[in-house]
Amino acid sequence: MEIKATMAGSVWKKTVEPGEAVEEGQDVVILESMKMEIPIVAESSGIVKEFRVNEGDFVNEGDTIAIIE
Amino acid sequence: MAYMNVFHEHVEKIEQGGKEKYHQKNIEKGKLFVRERLQRLFDDNIEIEDAFFANCLNGDLPADGVVTGIGKINGQSVCVMANDSTVKAGSWGKRTVEKIVRIQETAMKLEIPMIYLVDSAGARITDQVEMFPGRRGAGRIFHNQIKLSGRVPQVCLLFGPSAAGGAYIPAFCDIVIMVDGNASMYLGSPRMAEKVIGEKVSLEEMGGARMHCSVSGVGDVLVKTEEEAIAYTQAYLSYFPANFRQKPPVREAKTVKQLKKSITDLIPENQNAAFNMYDLMDRLIDEDSFCEIKKKFAPELITGLARINGRSIGIIANQPRMKGGVLFPDSADKAAKFIQLCDAFNIPLLFLVDVPGFMIGTKVERAGIIRHGAKMLATMSEATVPKISVIVRKAYGAGLYAMAGPAFEPDCCLALPTAQIAVMGPEAAVNAVYANKIQELSEKERVTFIKEKQEEYKEDIDIYRLASEMVVDAIIDPEKLRDELISRYELYDSKHVTFTERKHGVYPV
Repeated sequence: MEIKATMAGSVWKKTVEPGEAVEEGQDVVILESMKMEIPIVAESSGIVKEFRVNEGDFVNEGDTIAIIE
Repeated sequence: MAYMNVFHEHVEKIEQGGKEKYHQKNIEKGKLFVRERLQRLFDDNIEIEDAFFANCLNGDLPADGVVTGIGKINGQSVCVMANDSTVKAGSWGKRTVEKIVRIQETAMKLEIPMIYLVDSAGARITDQVEMFPGRRGAGRIFHNQIKLSGRVPQVCLLFGPSAAGGAYIPAFCDIVIMVDGNASMYLGSPRMAEKVIGEKVSLEEMGGARMHCSVSGVGDVLVKTEEEAIAYTQAYLSYFPANFRQKPPVREAKTVKQLKKSITDLIPENQNAAFNMYDLMDRLIDEDSFCEIKKKFAPELITGLARINGRSIGIIANQPRMKGGVLFPDSADKAAKFIQLCDAFNIPLLFLVDVPGFMIGTKVERAGIIRHGAKMLATMSEATVPKISVIVRKAYGAGLYAMAGPAFEPDCCLALPTAQIAVMGPEAAVNAVYANKIQELSEKERVTFIKEKQEEYKEDIDIYRLASEMVVDAIIDPEKLRDELISRYELYDSKHVTFTERKHGVYPV
């Protein structure tokens, strides 16, 4: 499952590591946009397979941030 | 008596609906038969049914594919029209349309809610001259819906397809409840789309329940089963009066949910950090009284009905956990319709404000964020029901205006001690005002300078300064906010004002 950016912004920090188990609703990445912290959550439970972005990257709404299996 | 045999034969046949194979098909899809649906919807089945014998001499079309009548929900009489999908797929013939038009006219005369149970393939092409173009053709159904809008509550339970022109029935209802997997709305079917414009797409993708409840916003509530749709409808209607002349029923007051964390523990002092607005709502409303509308659509703004000390209120709340609580074209649109809904039926409004402003950038400008935002401001401004604005944390820029800021005649604007009202946040403001100066400074000087200016700015917009200038009416202890709201809504109950005199406004739509 792809975790996508809900809005345009920059990647402020990753809150989990690849290989880590996450639960539905858990923060995966926090974006910074409109001067706000925007948590991006896992839509289902699973293992973080990979990140498609690095901290500091600009992402557009709908861009894939991470893959969860 | 022989004539009684004829009578009973007719009644029995009509009550059975369409052919057995279509009943079987319904069961496979998890659909209930139309009369079963009505039995479950009403407190005590349908009480009055008219034109039961419509088209009864044509053996294949019992009730002409639609049941219309009156029954009670929560003790309140309501009018209903319910398609029978076992009769020619619930399609509309001349008498079907006439039946729907007549029950709407009854709802209009009696001023009682109108409920639509939709499951229809659309027009019977063979009957088109009789049912499509004329004065009492299908167009009249929509004309009547528009006339009824705001006069009585109109609810659509979508159990199956609602195709082409038929898709306007849900569109003109106050609320559309869709059953996942079975309900759909579209102007042209996927088959038509492929033939006419060459697009290959599935029904779910183009007009499915999930899509409409999360992307297009034409659907409001996504449910798994028909039973769930019916239960939601019963709960939803309990917040409403029968028509615009009455006030919503007051229920027995319930206590607030008992939770460990206090409001003060819950709200982060750092304006930029997210928190879950639902947690604050739980601490203000009667336990288990929240009936959410458009949960999956534009979740950065929460809208729904609730009770506070037994009284119905409509809540419009920014959700900092989703998209930072920023307002988007879809969130503004969502708020505009919800505010109209509450104002139409005398349901007081509560705005819970924690908003960094409206979104900026190319994407939203092209989507017309200015006119969608203006629409939200217009409906909020025009709402004459008691309205209370609570500034929970930040209220920046036009976000303050859209969320019933002081200029828009809320009955009061309350602030929590964490409130911060400004054109923009300290970071953005210092960058904007001192852009050139910041450029000139060395890196080391820059940090100190920015920090200093931000502190000055924060003092300038301090909430006690704004209270001293009487911008906000009161600063409230967060733990006493519920009590404050209870007494204010009770006191504002006698409010009766007219917004302005004219035919109607000319707003962006």
